[in-house]
Amino acid sequence: MRGPAVNATGVACRDLTLAYGARTVLRDVTFAVAPGERAAVLGPNGGGKTTLFRALTRELQPVSGEIAAPPRPGVVPQTERSRLDFPVSALDVALMGSVSRLPWWRRPGRAERERARAALARVGLDAQADETFGGLSGGQRQRVLLARALVQDAPVLLLDEPFSGLDTRSAELVMGLLDELAGEGRAVLVATHDVEQARAWDLVLCLNRTQIAFGPPQQTLTLPVLERTYGGEIVELPGRGGHAVLPPHHHDH
Amino acid sequence: MLGWLLDPWADPINVRALVEVLLLGATGGALGCWIVFYRLAYSAESLAHALLPGLVVAALTGAPLVLGAAAGLLLAAVAVAVAGRTPAIGHDTAVAVVVTALLGLGALLALSPETPARLQELLFGDLLGVAGRDLALAGALAAVVLVALAVLHQALLVVGFDRASAAALGRAPLAVDIALGVLVALAILVAVQGLGNLLVVAVLVAPAAAARQLTRRVPSMMAVAVAIAIGAGVGGLYASFYLDTAAGASIAAALVLAYAAAHAARAAGIARRA
Repeated sequence: MRGPAVNATGVACRDLTLAYGARTVLRDVTFAVAPGERAAVLGPNGGGKTTLFRALTRELQPVSGEIAAPPRPGVVPQTERSRLDFPVSALDVALMGSVSRLPWWRRPGRAERERARAALARVGLDAQADETFGGLSGGQRQRVLLARALVQDAPVLLLDEPFSGLDTRSAELVMGLLDELAGEGRAVLVATHDVEQARAWDLVLCLNRTQIAFGPPQQTLTLPVLERTYGGEIVELPGRGGHAVLPPHHHDH
Repeated sequence: MLGWLLDPWADPINVRALVEVLLLGATGGALGCWIVFYRLAYSAESLAHALLPGLVVAALTGAPLVLGAAAGLLLAAVAVAVAGRTPAIGHDTAVAVVVTALLGLGALLALSPETPARLQELLFGDLLGVAGRDLALAGALAAVVLVALAVLHQALLVVGFDRASAAALGRAPLAVDIALGVLVALAILVAVQGLGNLLVVAVLVAPAAAARQLTRRVPSMMAVAVAIAIGAGVGGLYASFYLDTAAGASIAAALVLAYAAAHAARAAGIARRA
């Protein structure tokens, strides 16, 4: 059994190499995200973002290198990877977050249902608790999966493009929520395509089949690094003093 | 009217068949929901068909059918696992080859001249030939399956809904898959004597598929699937009694009718809302 969620040690990887069978997809990854830090994971499609997350959840065993992470991170996957044909409500999905702290034969009870409803309220979906998950919009489903991670109450959160499909208001709500979660002492890793958003966070990890850069945004979000990360698909936005990336149409896996 | 309803149950043979149908309905209806969610209908059908040689050998040697079925299941599972490793043919093709081979082998054994001709009841079941001892065994197996489903409910839900995130929630997909596979095998053992190895898949798939058309949540889907399975089972027994049709085949036909009716009801409901 785990101890209290929030005083664990964040995430660290050293010389990590990941492969699917004989095909190496990510090499030489070394980084550390401490409790309370928010890290953006940037990279093109097929750059290794989702693969890194699969290793951090123990779904994929590394070929070499080391991972130090709590055994059960909170995971918010891309919503199109979950089953939309399943006859479950938003509340049912949020409740699934509670099983990580229950023995496997126990079903969630009244206390867990309260927590799940509170988590749905926190992502702004208390009114949708009893609606069928597959019938919600993409952005709403994304927030239900975030509620599931909130219920899980894990010390590390892994979010795979949590802003895709969100309107501006929901995106701001989720951004604020991630700040709160980091403020509670959790390590938060977010795979994203949005370079501008990454500038506001504590750390940036750039991946393109290998680690291109890792560090605070001022040091990592430079034109040479972004060019090596995205392979030259960079356009400069005059007047904003920054670089915007034209990401290819995703989604990567 | 009442007499018409009660007449079949004056005969203990029919009462035993009724109990068997209740056991099959409860097991098949509930487990069938997970078979549908996990897309295991083809695997379940394949296992049920491929266990024929085990049934035939048991019938020839006078051993209990359930033992033969268990041995046949084991042989089929091993054969599928081995054939599935052959590169260059897909898993589905490997399964099809194994099933055809074993079904053919079973038929060859059953039709050899020196054996009693029981192939028909092995293929299509013999609900009216169920003995008290068979019922006790079927009841025990059904109880194991139902208790296991209750215990594993949340794990089956978590893995079925989002396989990739299940391990991070502490529910290993491989363990859940294996547990479900074992339960499907047990359910086939419960059902094969009554429905035969060709019709057994009807009670494992049709009630859940029909219930899926009519319900929006997992618990209600399970309740409706069990009700449909038992209703079709009892209806099939009446049909068999009054129309003098084969019991197993009548039940399978009633199950298919129930699915068609559920599908039509859903289509009508959607059309009304539109």
